[in-house]
Amino acid sequence: MSVAQGADSRPKTSAWQTVKRGFALSPEFRIGLGVTLALALLTTAGRVVVPVVVQRITDDALLGSGGPDTALVYRYLAIAAAIVVLTATAAYAVNVRLFTAAEGGLATLRITGFRHIHDLSVLTQNAERRGSMVSRVTSDVDTISQFVQFGGIMLIVSLGQISLATALMVYYSPPLAAVTWGCFIPLVIAVRRMQTHLGTAYGAVRERVGDLLAAVSESVVGAATIRSFGVEDRTAERLDTAIEAHRRAATTAHVRSTVAFTAGQFVGGITLAVVLVAGTALAAAGRMQLGELLAYLFLVGLFTSPVQQATEIFNELQNAVAGWRRVIEVIDTPADVADPIDGIDLPRGPIRVDFEDVGFAYPGGEPVLHHVTEHVAPRSRIAVVGETGSGKSTFAKLLTRLMDPMSGVVRLDGVDVRHVGFDSLRARVVMVPQEGFLFDDTVLANLRFGAEISRADVELALTELGLDQWVAGLPAGLDTPVGQRGESLSAGERQLVALARAYLADPDLLVLDEATSAVDPATEVRLQRALDSLSRGRTSITIAHRISTAQAADEVIVMDRGRVVQRGPHDRLVTEPGPYAALHASWVANQHGAGQD
Amino acid sequence: MPREDLGGPADPSGTLRRSLRIIALGVRAEPALFAIAVAGSALYGIMTAGMAQAVGWAITHQIEPAITERHLSAGRAAAIFAVLGAVVVLTTIGVLGRRIAGGFTMFNVAADYRRQVTRQYLRLPLSWHHRHPSGQLLSNANADVEAAWGIFMPLPMALGVIVMLIAGAVQMLLVDPVLAAVGFTIFPLLFAANAVFQRRMSAKVTRAQQLRAEVAEVAHESFDGALLVKVMGREAHETRRFAEVTGRLRAAAIDVGRTRGTFDPVIEAIPTFGTLALLAVGVQRLASGAVTTAELVQLAYLISVLAFPVRALGWVLGEIPRTLVGWERVNAVLEATGQMDYGDAHLPATRPTTEDAAGVRVGLRDVSYDYAGRSGPKGAEASAEAVHGVTLDIAPGRTVAVVGPTGSGKSTLAGLIVRLVDPTRGWVRIDGTDVRALARGALARQAALVPQQTFVFDDTVRGNITLGLEIPDDEVWAALRAAQADGFIGALPAGLDTHVGERGATLSGGQRQRLALARALVRKPRLLVLDDATSAVDPTIEQAILAELGAGTGGMTLVVVAYRMSTIALADEVVYLERGQVRDRGRHEELLARCPGYHNLVTAYAREAAERAALAADEGARR
Repeated sequence: MSVAQGADSRPKTSAWQTVKRGFALSPEFRIGLGVTLALALLTTAGRVVVPVVVQRITDDALLGSGGPDTALVYRYLAIAAAIVVLTATAAYAVNVRLFTAAEGGLATLRITGFRHIHDLSVLTQNAERRGSMVSRVTSDVDTISQFVQFGGIMLIVSLGQISLATALMVYYSPPLAAVTWGCFIPLVIAVRRMQTHLGTAYGAVRERVGDLLAAVSESVVGAATIRSFGVEDRTAERLDTAIEAHRRAATTAHVRSTVAFTAGQFVGGITLAVVLVAGTALAAAGRMQLGELLAYLFLVGLFTSPVQQATEIFNELQNAVAGWRRVIEVIDTPADVADPIDGIDLPRGPIRVDFEDVGFAYPGGEPVLHHVTEHVAPRSRIAVVGETGSGKSTFAKLLTRLMDPMSGVVRLDGVDVRHVGFDSLRARVVMVPQEGFLFDDTVLANLRFGAEISRADVELALTELGLDQWVAGLPAGLDTPVGQRGESLSAGERQLVALARAYLADPDLLVLDEATSAVDPATEVRLQRALDSLSRGRTSITIAHRISTAQAADEVIVMDRGRVVQRGPHDRLVTEPGPYAALHASWVANQHGAGQD
Repeated sequence: MPREDLGGPADPSGTLRRSLRIIALGVRAEPALFAIAVAGSALYGIMTAGMAQAVGWAITHQIEPAITERHLSAGRAAAIFAVLGAVVVLTTIGVLGRRIAGGFTMFNVAADYRRQVTRQYLRLPLSWHHRHPSGQLLSNANADVEAAWGIFMPLPMALGVIVMLIAGAVQMLLVDPVLAAVGFTIFPLLFAANAVFQRRMSAKVTRAQQLRAEVAEVAHESFDGALLVKVMGREAHETRRFAEVTGRLRAAAIDVGRTRGTFDPVIEAIPTFGTLALLAVGVQRLASGAVTTAELVQLAYLISVLAFPVRALGWVLGEIPRTLVGWERVNAVLEATGQMDYGDAHLPATRPTTEDAAGVRVGLRDVSYDYAGRSGPKGAEASAEAVHGVTLDIAPGRTVAVVGPTGSGKSTLAGLIVRLVDPTRGWVRIDGTDVRALARGALARQAALVPQQTFVFDDTVRGNITLGLEIPDDEVWAALRAAQADGFIGALPAGLDTHVGERGATLSGGQRQRLALARALVRKPRLLVLDDATSAVDPTIEQAILAELGAGTGGMTLVVVAYRMSTIALADEVVYLERGQVRDRGRHEELLARCPGYHNLVTAYAREAAERAALAADEGARR
């Protein structure tokens, strides 16, 4: 289920496929690319022409047959100066256009990746580590950005320069041009092979970065646990392992890339030697002048330096592609619980829920739900109880379509929940999970959670829920910052905010998954009453392990080992022999002493 | 948080000095590797100049004679190959040395600083953590360290280039001082261009780096709350929030790119202009007979040879703003203070299992705690004491229940007892020793806290329970049994070796709580603090856990934060909190009789049940 993980870090797609897919995902890359390329060609031309002009100055004007020609030197210099300015201007334009297009495209890539991670099913999300997911929309994309900043223009210019230099070489001496290219062909073959190894190595680096971030994230998010158990040393060891693994992967990739680069440098030098010998042979045979040979040597220089640069840039490209691949991988992971195309909108009003022969098993696990067929009438208030592992949480997750059943159908108002559009589904069906997660903002912002709700409406809702006193007691009332993950509030207070938030969302089906587990009994009872009187217009399903909640419900569904074993109002169920009576007995035992006064 | 006291960004010589200091730190960490890199670079520099000499030698001594002889002998061909080949091989060795050693320097130093930064995360107090978003901390340990030390990649090359330039300068001076002076003008120009560049760049790079961290922050928080985002259908809202900060990063990165995109062509053009100027003046010098044609050609060639490597200097200079910004952000973490100080006192290492074992005595005197950082980075300082003037004495082996309404400071009190945080006023003593005087780890060996929200490490079940201690499996199983977790752990595919994810994905909330309880019990602590640690556990299982705790505390001191009667029933004494203060304490029955707040709280369910029953009876009667 997880997003392409594992020890095998060999890329599953070729660099070319990755780049192609990357371009498709970020259309910005293509915008104005033609003009950019034309300008890049101009830059390239300038880079080749200036040394050629300087060469002309020495050959024609200084070493010419009539002695130094000052006027000609100045004319050439003026031309060269003009070309330098033009080249620099064109290079600037190419840089800016390239950065603008690239950063635009990368921003799109980040956002697409971010959105898709949210669209992945709960199961896929849970299989991935937070730090690793963060790395896909941060450091992996940064790798591409860095490549564009440093290598992007150089790649285009180098390739252009190689072509121009080749043309000039062929013009000067076709046989020597053939010799020059002949020397480089083994390099091209060797470099291609090395690129594969390099790609693997860079892929490993990206994965180690993911691991590193996951380890850092653990040490930061788990700070309280680490301190209370005094396991700083062990955590430090785990961090060191991740840091060292990353260092090793990075140095391995670096050594491989250096070898590939140095091969280019080496072949460049050897080529010069071969050309000298071959040229001397040609000249000795009378097929070439010494002057021509020297001019050609100069061209070899113009040819080899961009080849070396291109080798280097191709190496870095492997790194960027490794990052790119990881972002694309996550984007191309199918969201197995997806928003249906042309999804149906549920009309407003209390929702009817039908489970028809529903079965579910977690990937690679035993079935946790067997042939569940249950019907919940609109406006009814249902409590689902059962021991851990009885399937009650799975029931809630299927109901809210956090997961899809393996068999059978879940229907809301008679419509298969898989056909309901997400916008409609999430507006009409709201679940409050057990862990009241809050964003690092104020209480008010967390209650609104992106919706347009006036402050007065928020205050009204809090009053209706009987939470106004509690909010007034906070240091800055509604404007109290809640801290990271809401940690400035207690777990119970976070649940209060979460509950109020769901209430403000005004759903037609409210699903509470042990949403008041950390709230004190007095507050819980008060909340329960408020919700009761206010939820008359909606259907509510509460997953509960406190029998007090079940008592308040119209009906109780009792689950055991993946099946519904009992159903009915509390009063009847307590008198029936069965699991509910047992649960009730322990609850009463837990409350022992309370009813004595 | 970046600090601003290291000299303004508008001070280029200052930035150079500061960056030199940062580089010196790196060099000191890996002197041998850095020396190899620089030596390799020098070899490369010498051999680059040597290539021109070698080609010159080949032309004069082999090629020209061969052309004159109209025959290229094998001996001459071999001589050309041998000489040029030697130069090429030496150049290659130089490049390999420079790059490999340079890379190792960079990665080693970066790894070293990652260790230092993460050590600091472990050392700094929780209050510091509360003030710093996780995403930012992730960025500090990753992107910022990378930015600070990235300069070591081009640095050796640039140092080699300086060697090359000095050699070139000497050559130029020997030929003609006037032309040398013309050639040298490119250096002040390069320096001036760089100064302008630095000035423009620093603020922009700082901004980009900060935004990089903010992008990480939003992503981390949003993925943290992924379930909530999903159940509330707020994917689009979150995506907008992320797109907004990403958009700002994009603008900042383009801004950086624009400046860099201006700088690069300028740096490249300056040496070319130098060559042209040299030729322009050179023609005059030629006319006046100060230099020969051959000398002028030689100088022009020299400048053009040097032009390309000089760009390596540009790379280093271009990296400086990133280095400084990265370093400042890293350094802010390294210099953060306020870590918990530890003394050297130890608690006797007796364990409750041994004959004479006993729980610890816990004493709190006038303890207050103020979440001074109870404000996020978004301001709105909200200082209210979560715990206020609490004085408490818990005798060894006693079980005390801490009861109070939601938000009354129970968790803070629990955290204070095990020294998750230090009180802002008053003191906490364990066995008569102020917890601040205890050696690091001394308290953790004797006391365990099971928090409300459990954190599961990305590790096996065993790893999550032992947390690295050498504990035999039968003791692990015993702890799991006591926590009523042996059943579901035994049913896991690989038992104790089952990997449970970072989010404990495979476990339910109640199972996670039981795992956390086992983690505490396996240590056989002399003080166990349970902070509503069974809130997500089913009643039947909770009963079993409580029975186990009631029977097998083995003399340990037990502090339980609880609402439920059964838990309270375990307690010898109840402490009732309201708004951070102890309102009453005593036996349950006493409090029930005299403390209305307590009465109201603990009888809520029963009253509710009674009312419902009465209502139902009423309805039944009416029917």
